[in-house]
Amino acid sequence: MPGAIYAEGLVKTFGDVRALDGVDLDVPEGTVLGLLGPNGAGKTTAVRCLTTLLRPDSGKAVVAGVDVLRHPDAVRRSIGLSGQFAAVDEYLTGRENLQMVGQLYQMRAKAAKARATELLEQFHLADAADRPAKTYSGGMRRRLDLAAALVVSPPVMFMDEPTTGLDPRNRQQLWEVIKRLVSGGTTLLLTTQYLEEADHLAHDIAVVDHGRVIAQGTSDQLKARTGGERVEVVVHEREEIAAAAEVLRGFGKGETTVEEHTRKLTVPVTGGAKLLAEVIRELDSRGIEMDDVGLRRPTLDDVFLSLTGHAAESAEQGERTGKEAVK
Amino acid sequence: MSAVTDTAPVAAPGNPVVRSVRDSLVVARRNLIRMGRIPEMLIFGLIQPIMFVVLFTYVFGGSIQVGSSNSTQAYREFLMAGIFAQTVTFATAGAGAGIADDMHKGLIDRFRSLPMARGAVLTGRTLADLVQTALTLLVLAVVAVLVGWRTHENFGKVLAGFALFLLLGYAFSWIGALIGLSVRTPEAATSGGLIWLFPLTFISNAFVDANQMPAFLRHIAEWNPFSATVQACRELFGNLPPGFRTPDAWPMQHPVLASLIWSVVIILVFRTLAVRKYRSATA
Repeated sequence: MPGAIYAEGLVKTFGDVRALDGVDLDVPEGTVLGLLGPNGAGKTTAVRCLTTLLRPDSGKAVVAGVDVLRHPDAVRRSIGLSGQFAAVDEYLTGRENLQMVGQLYQMRAKAAKARATELLEQFHLADAADRPAKTYSGGMRRRLDLAAALVVSPPVMFMDEPTTGLDPRNRQQLWEVIKRLVSGGTTLLLTTQYLEEADHLAHDIAVVDHGRVIAQGTSDQLKARTGGERVEVVVHEREEIAAAAEVLRGFGKGETTVEEHTRKLTVPVTGGAKLLAEVIRELDSRGIEMDDVGLRRPTLDDVFLSLTGHAAESAEQGERTGKEAVK
Repeated sequence: MSAVTDTAPVAAPGNPVVRSVRDSLVVARRNLIRMGRIPEMLIFGLIQPIMFVVLFTYVFGGSIQVGSSNSTQAYREFLMAGIFAQTVTFATAGAGAGIADDMHKGLIDRFRSLPMARGAVLTGRTLADLVQTALTLLVLAVVAVLVGWRTHENFGKVLAGFALFLLLGYAFSWIGALIGLSVRTPEAATSGGLIWLFPLTFISNAFVDANQMPAFLRHIAEWNPFSATVQACRELFGNLPPGFRTPDAWPMQHPVLASLIWSVVIILVFRTLAVRKYRSATA
């Protein structure tokens, strides 16, 4: 049985640009899929196809058990969408915005009003509830936008770059909100270009580049694909490097690399924290003084680089062509 | 967080007509709230027609001959229907700019992801514009009376005249809706909604007696949808100047009917096009 969000062979072209070039996704109910990729990779286009905003040229999509292409209206009743740009009416107050969205989800006026009050409370917007949204800070607007997507507590949520442009404090706050949401059983598809965000929030990560899913798996699986963990040691004195290198050779699964000027030694290992403890004990017993020691695992940045051959952040060119294509 | 656990029930789609009306009213209310919070839109919308009333009355008033009369009072009364009609067509720019702005800000995406009636966003917008047009007309009518405009028919006919203006304005706001969905920025929608209105409203019977135009222009003026409403309202207000010869063209002979037909046809055509465009709209 397909998951709460399922896509098979989605293709969407804008002129010459293949924004989606055969995307397959399967998100089991109650889990979070992070769609990770640089600007212009096709993340937003994928979300727009799955949320009925855009009709794919070919392929199949099922959301909350409903065929997106055949019954878009039924899909709309089961989803919440929080966009890249905070889509709230800036001249309406927070309360009026939420009430309007509730009514357009076909709630009765009274129920929509009660729900708006409840959400404003939960998203810490009660004090600003009756001020026009244009007086809100960036973080408040995002929270209001997210609240609007949650008016009917939809079983399936889509968030397109929910924290883009937010400062670290607001990003942390929003992450907390999203985590609580997911712990309640909502299925979530989240797009992000922040590797840290996908690592933090998603059970599964699909790496997207040029309209294709180029890798999928848990954060750990993806990291493992890039090459495993390694032990890094920084010794206190330059004279100790040779002795430390000898110790590491005994534990390592490959060549030990040495950076003389930083006094740093690195060796690939398997065995995780347990092995690290042994390494430390051995170094200590030989009287080698360490400034720093640790188990290093590849970051998602490393993953992205090894998968695509270019770093995630340096894809500005892709952004421009992608954005043009969407217009 | 209880937002996650409690499930607000979403009603199954009821009667589609009821749903469409209800959703349109929700959107109309939203646009009216906005209008109240941006009163300068209404005020700027009034300045131009008031300026026209004053300029045409006092600057051109004595020198434009209408019918057999070149009295200032005859022109004053002749003029007002033209200015009223021109004013209501400016609703095009308002609707266009508003919808382009919603596209730009991502609100149209929000609306399109909701289980609401498809045409409701546009219908709600045009209904709100209709309210704005009515308010504008009311203020303008008061100014017109102050500068000496009078009607010479019964109250029912005068009201019928204003109803024709409102219908024309409503029809033109659907043209604006289509423009708003077709351009990229609100600024483009404003100018795109206005430029073509000037030739349309000037090559008509609005400001001058079309009988005095060269034949080629006169034919355009007589069949101009805009002229039908102007002629109809001059008749309903009793504002045709003494010695005015009604042209033989069919819309001028049957102006009320012609005005109704034009407005209804514009609504049907542009509503269909705009709703279709909305369904596939991408910001």
